[in-house]
Amino acid sequence: MATAIGIAQPVDWDVPEQTGLWKDAWIRFRRNRLAVAGLVVVIILVVMAFGARLPGTPGGLWKILHLAGDPFTQDVTNTYALPSLQHPMGTDILGRDLMARVFYGASISLTIGIVVQFLILFIGGSIGMAAGYFGGWIDNLLMRFTDIMFAFPDLLLVLVFVAAFGPSFWSIFIALGLVYWTNLARLVRGQVLSIKEKEYVEAAIMTGTSPLKLIWKHLVPNSLGPVIVTLTFGIPAAIFTEAALSFLGIGIRPPEPSWGVMIEDGYAGIFADPLQVIFPAIAVAFTMLSFTFIGDGLRDALDPRMKR
Amino acid sequence: MQATEKAPVTSVKADPVLLRVQGAFKHFPISGLGGLSVRAVDGVDLEIRRGETLGLVGESGCGKSTLARLITALLPVTAGKIILDGQDITRLRGRKLRRVRRKMQMIFQDPFASLDPRMTVGGILQEPLDNFGIGSGSDRTRRVQELLRLVGLNPNFNNRYPHEFSGGQRQRIGIARALAVNPSFIVCDEAVSALDVSIQAQIINLLQDLQNEFNLTYLFIAHDLAVVRHLSDRIAVMYLGKVVETADRNDIYDRPQHPYTKALLSSIPVPDPVVERDRAPISLKGEIPSPVNPPSGCRFHPRCPIARAPGVCSEVEPLLEPHGARDQSAACHFAGQA
Amino acid sequence: MAQTLLRLEDLHTQFFTGRGVVKAVDGVSLHIDVGETLGIVGESGCGKTITALSVLRLVPEPGKIVSGKIEFRGQDVTKMDDEEIRDFRGNDVAMIFQDPMTSLNPVTKVGFQIEEAMTAHNRFSSSAAKSRVIELLKRVRVPAAESRVKDYPHQFSGGMRQRAMIAMGLANEPSLLIADEPTTALDVTVQAQIIQLMKQLNRELGTAMMLITHNMALVASLCQRVVVMYAGRVVEEGPVEQIFTSPQHPYTWSLLRSVPRVDEARKDRLVSIRGLPPDLVNPPPGCKFHPRCPFVIDRCRVEPEPPLEQVATNQVARCWVLMSNVKEEDIAAAKTSALSLDAAKILKQDLAVAPVDEVPSNAGN
Repeated sequence: MATAIGIAQPVDWDVPEQTGLWKDAWIRFRRNRLAVAGLVVVIILVVMAFGARLPGTPGGLWKILHLAGDPFTQDVTNTYALPSLQHPMGTDILGRDLMARVFYGASISLTIGIVVQFLILFIGGSIGMAAGYFGGWIDNLLMRFTDIMFAFPDLLLVLVFVAAFGPSFWSIFIALGLVYWTNLARLVRGQVLSIKEKEYVEAAIMTGTSPLKLIWKHLVPNSLGPVIVTLTFGIPAAIFTEAALSFLGIGIRPPEPSWGVMIEDGYAGIFADPLQVIFPAIAVAFTMLSFTFIGDGLRDALDPRMKR
Repeated sequence: MQATEKAPVTSVKADPVLLRVQGAFKHFPISGLGGLSVRAVDGVDLEIRRGETLGLVGESGCGKSTLARLITALLPVTAGKIILDGQDITRLRGRKLRRVRRKMQMIFQDPFASLDPRMTVGGILQEPLDNFGIGSGSDRTRRVQELLRLVGLNPNFNNRYPHEFSGGQRQRIGIARALAVNPSFIVCDEAVSALDVSIQAQIINLLQDLQNEFNLTYLFIAHDLAVVRHLSDRIAVMYLGKVVETADRNDIYDRPQHPYTKALLSSIPVPDPVVERDRAPISLKGEIPSPVNPPSGCRFHPRCPIARAPGVCSEVEPLLEPHGARDQSAACHFAGQA
Repeated sequence: MAQTLLRLEDLHTQFFTGRGVVKAVDGVSLHIDVGETLGIVGESGCGKTITALSVLRLVPEPGKIVSGKIEFRGQDVTKMDDEEIRDFRGNDVAMIFQDPMTSLNPVTKVGFQIEEAMTAHNRFSSSAAKSRVIELLKRVRVPAAESRVKDYPHQFSGGMRQRAMIAMGLANEPSLLIADEPTTALDVTVQAQIIQLMKQLNRELGTAMMLITHNMALVASLCQRVVVMYAGRVVEEGPVEQIFTSPQHPYTWSLLRSVPRVDEARKDRLVSIRGLPPDLVNPPPGCKFHPRCPFVIDRCRVEPEPPLEQVATNQVARCWVLMSNVKEEDIAAAKTSALSLDAAKILKQDLAVAPVDEVPSNAGN
């Protein structure tokens, strides 16, 4: 072969710079107005919740700023007050400031909604990953177990767990985690099964990647997108379940004002003062709607098939 | 154990054969259908010599990609031996297997699926260096840049993501990754099939030059016999999980012994209208049967123009035996008579 | 001389995207005579498929035929009303695609789909159509046609599906068959069967054929005339023998030398076309091929695009240089590879210092 070989052709020396994958997703997310609105509402809720929980002062930042009262101070002379400048949402049966209680309740609901997702991620993620990665009898065993857990009615199972652990913030947290991981386990297993067939995983194995590194560097990052979406949709579900539990009287204990507790409290006097139910109900609805919109936005933004 | 493992190492140097596939089988059981399985690779013997390119050609479903994954130990064999450098790799697991992969790399078919979209190109090329502990930290960064330069890419693009590159560029990144650990043997599984024609030529030329430069041994797998013949020294033809003919690249074209090889060769149009006018492809009956239930006797007999069926062809399975030229074998009762 | 069946004149088809106007077909003129086979070749994205879709007025959104003439037997296709265009698509022209599975309805029997193609255009009565289905399937050599008419598409193999598609295309005896990569998805031996079939049909029925492909060998075996397209423009056109023996445009030449031939006696290097096809929103100035051309001269960059000029009898090319003027040593230079010898040397030096090919055989059990 006497032809002129080996002269490097710097022809595609330049590659047009493109945005990274996450940045790309953010650009797509931003274009979804509802999702952005949802994100704004959630940020406001978080600020509300944090403000209400300022340590040392019972009413938190909102009381200091004279925006709301104290969620725990009773005033029997002023029960069922209608909204006024002093109490923008009125007061409840014990004369406590309703707005302060809604704000404080946000901190409980959001904490439960979000923290439970970490537990779900841990349980569902590891079971799904193990089932998908190892396959065979391990997969069979884990997935049948998942099916059984899935077959139980959710709320009933949560009730059983809460009853077993005794009602407290932590028991609700654990009960929700133990019940709601099944969807994620199935999702992660499916993701891992499809990613495992990809040529880049074979390539990683060929270049000597150990099993642990393979999971951590290739399988986890590539299955993250749909997982984030599912977890986001899980937040409103957890908030709703907590509200339902508290409404049934086995969730958060009074006087802690979770939104569910407040709806239950107000339910007794719903005809006397419907606002007692309407305000916390609106808060629950808004939060759920916002997280659902964010989830929708994320699903579209993280889908690699969507092009800008 | 040590002594027996050490002993062959000296003799290996003299052995002209780098890889031996001996009676390799791979059956994929079909769940729910009692005992039935897809017989993807069904008894393959093959030898690849040091420094040569063995071309493996066959139509879809013939088992060539499965064979590639048996040779690279990405899939476990159902039965048989894969001997690389005197060592049977089918029994190796974990760390020992990983160490063998330092000698043996693979280039994949789909340049869009073979690079992890969540990793930078630098990360992709550095992974093998990290895994095998090659060089120090700064050494590795430099080596990644040299690898990029080697395949004609800008070394400063190590922080870019795969989706920023075109198909041909991605395939070159895949080649650079395979070369990162300095292997002696590379399996190319349909490495150019998914590329546009002009880019195909670029990758083929690059593969040739790298072979000359680094004394590589290739197993080049493709369905396109023209490309296989262009790159290979010897060619093996597969049909329904079995090798039906092996020969030197010229012998296989000048005097094919197996009727399937002959039909395959005649089926490929030549980019020359003058030649094409006088060529008539040997038309095979029907299409490739299912590998779940391969035909009795010679697997090719239902489509074969010279088969004696019912008769020896439908009853006795032919063995891969020397026929025709030196170094040429065919599995046919009537080899050379088509 | 033969009668012209289809004539495109200065056809412009553009796609109006958020990024700008994509000039997919940019002033294409060509013709097909009655009974002729014409090949349109080029890389993916050169506009060959859009040209074919324009003929049928099936350009997908947001694409539009902007200007130009499409004359079929003297009638302008671009000016046909809905009724006429439906008639034209069903009776005069048929198109077959690369993937037969996506073009067949999976829940309807194959025989019925072919029958429907006939009755929809009122060419045949429903009883005549029924008996013709089996005849058509036999014509495209589907074995046991009598029983296969009742099969669903998934019961057909890839090759059989493509045969069924061709049968459907031929149902109304069109005078032009447009085939877009008809064999790309098929195995080599099946591909050969389909090529044979198309040759025979052209011979027996006199159906003119427009073959759209990137496969030069396919063109060599099927076509009488070739049009080479690049970046939405025709860059060379001529009789198949002439194009293959003395291509004049460097792009045609590169396409021909970029694929290995199965009958080559020894390994020669292939010509690789560097870079990528141009962005059709912002095509390069001058000759559109100049950034990738191995034989580029200053004139190609500076002057406006060269016109299609006669380079031999019946052969036209759009190039300032032309292959007949290219020297041997330049041709050798066009066969270079992307390999950097320099980097190879450094990588090999690395190995000399720290030999990495040594595999410890007994460490860390």
